[in-house]
Order: sequence, then C-alpha cells, then structure tokens
Amino acid sequence: MSKQEKFEFIQGNLACAKGAAYAGCDFFGGYPITPSTEIAEFMSGYLPKKGGKFIQMEDEISSIGSIIGASLVGKKAMTATSGPGFSLMQELLGYACIAEVPIVIVDIMRGGPSTGLPTAPAQSDLQQAKWGTHGDHPVIALIPNSVEEMFTETVRAFNLAEYFRTPVIVLGDEIIGHMREKIRIPEPGELQIVNRTRPSTAAPETDLVTTPYHALGNDPATLPKFGKSRIHVTGLNHDITGFPTSDSEMVGDLNTRIIAKIYEQRDIVDNFQLLEVEDAEILVLAVGSASRAAEEAVLELREQGVKAGLFRPITLWPFPKAEFRKYAKHAKWIVVPEMNLGQLKVVAERFVKLEKVVPINLVNGEPLNPELIISTIKRLV
Amino acid sequence: MFNYSEYLREEKLPHIWCPGCGHGIVTKSLIRAVDKAGWDKDKIVLVSGIGCASRLPGYIDVNTLHTAHGRALAFATGIKLARPDMHVIVVSGDGDGLAIGGNHFIHACRRNIDITTIIFNNGIYGMTGGQYSPTTAYGDKTSTSPFGNMEPNFDVVDISIGAGATFVARGTSYHVPQLDNYIYKALTHKGFSVVDVAEACFTTHGRKNKNKYKTNIDMLKWQKDHAVPRSKADALTDEERENAIITGIFKDSVRPEFTERYDELIKQLKTKGE
Amino acid sequence: MADTKREFKVNRYENDKCELFIRPELCKGCEVCVAFCPTQALTLDTKNKICAAEYMEKCIACSMCEVRCPDFAIYIVKKEKSPGETKK
Repeated sequence: MSKQEKFEFIQGNLACAKGAAYAGCDFFGGYPITPSTEIAEFMSGYLPKKGGKFIQMEDEISSIGSIIGASLVGKKAMTATSGPGFSLMQELLGYACIAEVPIVIVDIMRGGPSTGLPTAPAQSDLQQAKWGTHGDHPVIALIPNSVEEMFTETVRAFNLAEYFRTPVIVLGDEIIGHMREKIRIPEPGELQIVNRTRPSTAAPETDLVTTPYHALGNDPATLPKFGKSRIHVTGLNHDITGFPTSDSEMVGDLNTRIIAKIYEQRDIVDNFQLLEVEDAEILVLAVGSASRAAEEAVLELREQGVKAGLFRPITLWPFPKAEFRKYAKHAKWIVVPEMNLGQLKVVAERFVKLEKVVPINLVNGEPLNPELIISTIKRLV
Repeated sequence: MFNYSEYLREEKLPHIWCPGCGHGIVTKSLIRAVDKAGWDKDKIVLVSGIGCASRLPGYIDVNTLHTAHGRALAFATGIKLARPDMHVIVVSGDGDGLAIGGNHFIHACRRNIDITTIIFNNGIYGMTGGQYSPTTAYGDKTSTSPFGNMEPNFDVVDISIGAGATFVARGTSYHVPQLDNYIYKALTHKGFSVVDVAEACFTTHGRKNKNKYKTNIDMLKWQKDHAVPRSKADALTDEERENAIITGIFKDSVRPEFTERYDELIKQLKTKGE
Repeated sequence: MADTKREFKVNRYENDKCELFIRPELCKGCEVCVAFCPTQALTLDTKNKICAAEYMEKCIACSMCEVRCPDFAIYIVKKEKSPGETKK
C-alpha cells in the first residue's frame, strides 16, 4: 500500500452514515427506530462538527418533511428509518417525487408486518419501496449487501438523488445494518460526488428562473433553491412554472416526465453484480443479505461441479431487466432466495417462463443460509 | 393606499376564495405586517399545508411552499434549521394546523423555533365542503355533524402556551388594525409565535347554521359582537364565555431559540476542534 | 419568480378627500365593503360589482373598504390636505 490506506472495522449503519458524510450530507432529520437508530446517533455527533444540522423530529412524517424543506434551501438531506417509519413516510416520499426534491431515505428492513420483529432481519419492504406511496411515481432503490456497500451505495444514493432530482431509497436490513466488517474508507475525491445542477439564476431573465420545472428533453428539471428565485413548490400537479394546473397536456407531461427522466438514462442508475453467470444452468437471483448466502452457495456448488451463478441487482428499482433476461434466458432454473414471501420472485416471473422460477422464502426472522439454497438447488439438478 | 401588488403574484388573481371569505382579509393583514417588518422578499419562505387557507402562498411573491395536509410546520422546521437567516412563516387552517398537523404544532411550540404560524381559524374544513374541525363550535351543524357537532373543541391559544410557544395572540378578521399589530409582533418575535385568527366561512359553514348567521356579513358582525379583550374575559359568565372570542396577546416571553442554540453549538465545537 | 404583472380594469371615482379605485374584475360582490362603509358610499351595480358612482360624495376616505375587502378590489388614495385648510 503506497500510502497508509484507511481501514475501519465498523457496523453497517455507521458505514452508511459515513458514506452520507462523504457524499456531503449536511442535514439529517430522523426519528429513533430499531434497527436504524445508529445512523441518527452518528449524525447527531458528526453534523454539528461540520457546520451541518441534525434534528430529531417528533415522528417519521415530520422527519421526511424536514429533510424536504432542508433540501429546498440547498442542503443534501437524509433520513433513516425501518419498516414502521418507512410506512409513515410514504405520503411525503410521493411529494418529493412530484416536486422533484432530492433526498435520501435509508430503510433498514426488519421483520414485518407491523411491529413484527424489530431486531430480526427481513427483506419484506422491497415492493413497498416501489409502490408504497400512491400514484405513479419514479423510484430509485439501492440494496447493499455488505458494510462496504452501505458506504458506497449511500454515496451513490446522494449522487443519484442530486442528479435526477428525486428521492432515492437505500434498503439495508438488520443484518447489513448491525453486522461489522472491515472496510476501506475511500480517500476524499476518490469517489465521484455529484451536486445538483443550478439554473443560471445570475441572469434573471433566463426562463429557468420563471420556469423552474422546465426540463430539457428527458433531463431532470434544474429548479433553483429558495432565495432570489422566489419559486413556488407544490405537491399539486403543476406546470413548468411550478404553479398548479389541471391542463391535461401539462399534467400528462409531468406525470410521465418525472418517471422517464430515470428510465431514459438507465446507464447512470443501473448497478448489479454477476457471479459465474456466463454458463449458469441454475441462475440465483438474490439481493441484500440473502445474496451473501447465495454467493456462498454458488461457489460451493461450483466446486461440486454444479453450473450455478448469481445475478445480484444492487440497484433494485428500476430492476435491471435487460441484463437479467440475458442470463436468465439460457438458465434451466431461476432460484430466488429471499426473506419475504416472493417479492423478488414476482419480478423474475415477469421475464421468464413461470415454471423455471423456484422460490426460497424464509420469513421466520432467521437469516437465509447457504445450506438452504444448496439443498434446494441439489434437488433440481 | 397600501401597495399590495409589491407582494402579490397579481397574474394569479382573482384568488379562489369564496365571496366574503375571511382568508382574503387576513392575507392583506399579513402582507401589511410583512411590509412593516421590512424584510427582503428573497429571504421570506411562506409555507402552508392543504386546505383553503393553504392556497395563500400561491398568491404571494416570496419563496412559497405548498406542502401536504398538516405538514407545513415539519417542512418549515427543516427550512429554518437549515437556513436560520431566512424568515419562515407558516399559514394553516384550524384542521390542517391543529387536527392532522397537531403533533407538529405542539412540537414546534416546544422547540421554540423562530417560525411564525398563523392559524386561519374558521372552525371548519372548507376546502372539502364543510366538515367539523377541532375548533368547530359545539352544536354547530356541518356536513359531518348533521345533528350538531357533538365534540368539544379546544383552544389554540391554550394549546400553544401549554406546548411552549413564546408569543401567542388571538385576533379576528373583523378587527383588522389589531390583527395587523398582532401579526407584526409575531413576525418580529424571536422564537415560536402563533396568531390564532378567528375567521368565518359562510359558504360551507355559515349557510348550514341559519339560526346564527344569515349572510357572510353576519359572520363578520358575529366576530365584532362576540370579541372580548383579554382584560375583560374574567367577567364573562360561563354561558357568555361559550361564544366569546377572547382576543389579545396571551404570551410574549423569551426563551432560548432553537436554531440559535444550534449555531452556538456549532461555534463551540469549532473552537474546541481547533 | 419575476412578478409578471397583469393589468386589471380600474374604475376611478373622486371627491375632495380621496380618489377611490375599483377593479370590478376582482370584485366577487360579497358586499363586505358596502355593509361596513360608515357612510354608505358604496353600492353594488347591476352586475353585482362594487361601485361608488352614486354616493361618492359621502366617502370620508376612512379606507375601511380597502382594509376589509377580501379581494384587493377596492383601494383609495387620500388627497393631501390643502395647506390652508385647518384640521377640524
């Protein structure tokens, strides 16, 4: 190692918070909830030292409300929660979608539904991350499977939020959030940091000051922060000036544009891991902590001469369907191990013949383990 | 003559409020108070929730934010903490501010964050057609209390003081010069300030209570006839107190302001760090 | 946002105390000003819009109409007291 590289042996939640700090997060509004509270705890000590702001709000609704407000005055803002809190945040998640406000929401999933298993892992908020709030809306959800990815994917979450002017969700779970692993802390400047583009408010006559929601083609709108621009921001459907409209053409434009801006630029948002997929007869589709067991199982099976492979989305939504279909096409079986009752399986079934899909659903609070995957696959071979 | 157009997005007029609605009167009072405060328009953020009163920011030429039902104060807290140099004003109805928004209201009071909240208290959910709210008079007919409102209402002033707001006043949409003064004092007060404005909605509330009001004018006259200054409130009989609108400044005290203390913490940590 | 001002039609009335301006497009005929004008100087015209044509001489420039109008539809500009006139 040329220069003294920085390694730390830290908890996933802490890595997530450090990733946010690395990305330039300077506002945190949150509410205590197991198993994500460590993120808030770190931020409460870190942010004031850097001139940033931390606030513990009275509930999760006001937590996401406060970070949307902070983002509108130029802050890189985040919150962290778990299932019950994530459910409370849904309405304002939709608000940030339509008003195109960049924020990061970390959901450290735990056993559901309801109070469920607060200290046990689960992956049962996957579809909630996509459809939790009402109405058609854009969604970017990233799902790390290691302490290192809790750092790097949180940095990416901020970059994607800033670029696309939309909320980005990071889906950890109790394992990824609470376990400790050694990670290398990237040097300042090593990872790219994206900041939201500003319309040139220097020249007030430019239309972007009076039309903050005027997006060029499918690019995100570059609405300015509150200040000289004196713009209007609303959750009502609005035209390019930001004021409410029910004009069908403008409503149609907005509702499609806020989604298209992400789906038209997949190269920026996609991220996935491939393991032994080229000649895989049995393709395992797994995310988050379940994919750690899947990785172990695939390597073990390969040693036993079984042609298994792992396709792991890291950007869960939008789902990397083109790449998945490429490898799923020639596989005999698609095995989907997950700690829920098939929320990822139903996605796989969209792209391959139903009979090829083999679910492994563990919903008893225990983490998925390699043996369960290996024994299931052995029966197929 | 007061130059309202300086503060108006005139191309958005006429506004959506019904003929004779109090919201327009209180809006002008707010504009005059803001003008008197002499603030830079670029530094003002006007935040609202959902409801008739919450459409107000759309008409005002400052930074405006129309949030979700009941959540204006949550957004406003984020803005004020992130940018303490900005003047943050919240306008909210009685339902938006005290029913669905009640939790954020009491915690904003508790924190004593430097935000002014004006409650457009017409005792009804007007936007949705006239349902009773936490401040609807007992016995009033509304679209969801066809046999008369059976729920007791509560007092915005008492709640604000109980939760820790450091400036609390109540005015009415009839006593306009007094209201200008209360709003001005609230705006210039450092800490969480509340102005509860007794107001009236004839379209969805007055018309359903013909025994009390025949026209929107009657509703304004009702405010004139039932307003009692704080100083005279003790002499009221219980029966009189039931319908009285007790006006005045109920709280005007000083407590450490939330964002100021946070900035002090930042300074301390900075010097300690060096 | 840059305020793009929209011009509304303005009816102008006058007496020795003030000029009175009415913007009928903004008036919704709520009659608050009519009811609370201390000298009954205001009436609604046939189109239910505020008008001061008939009784402008009664207007004492107290600006209650301007202050009470919910719709920015009426406002006055007081005339400076001519120096010779003694304050009553």
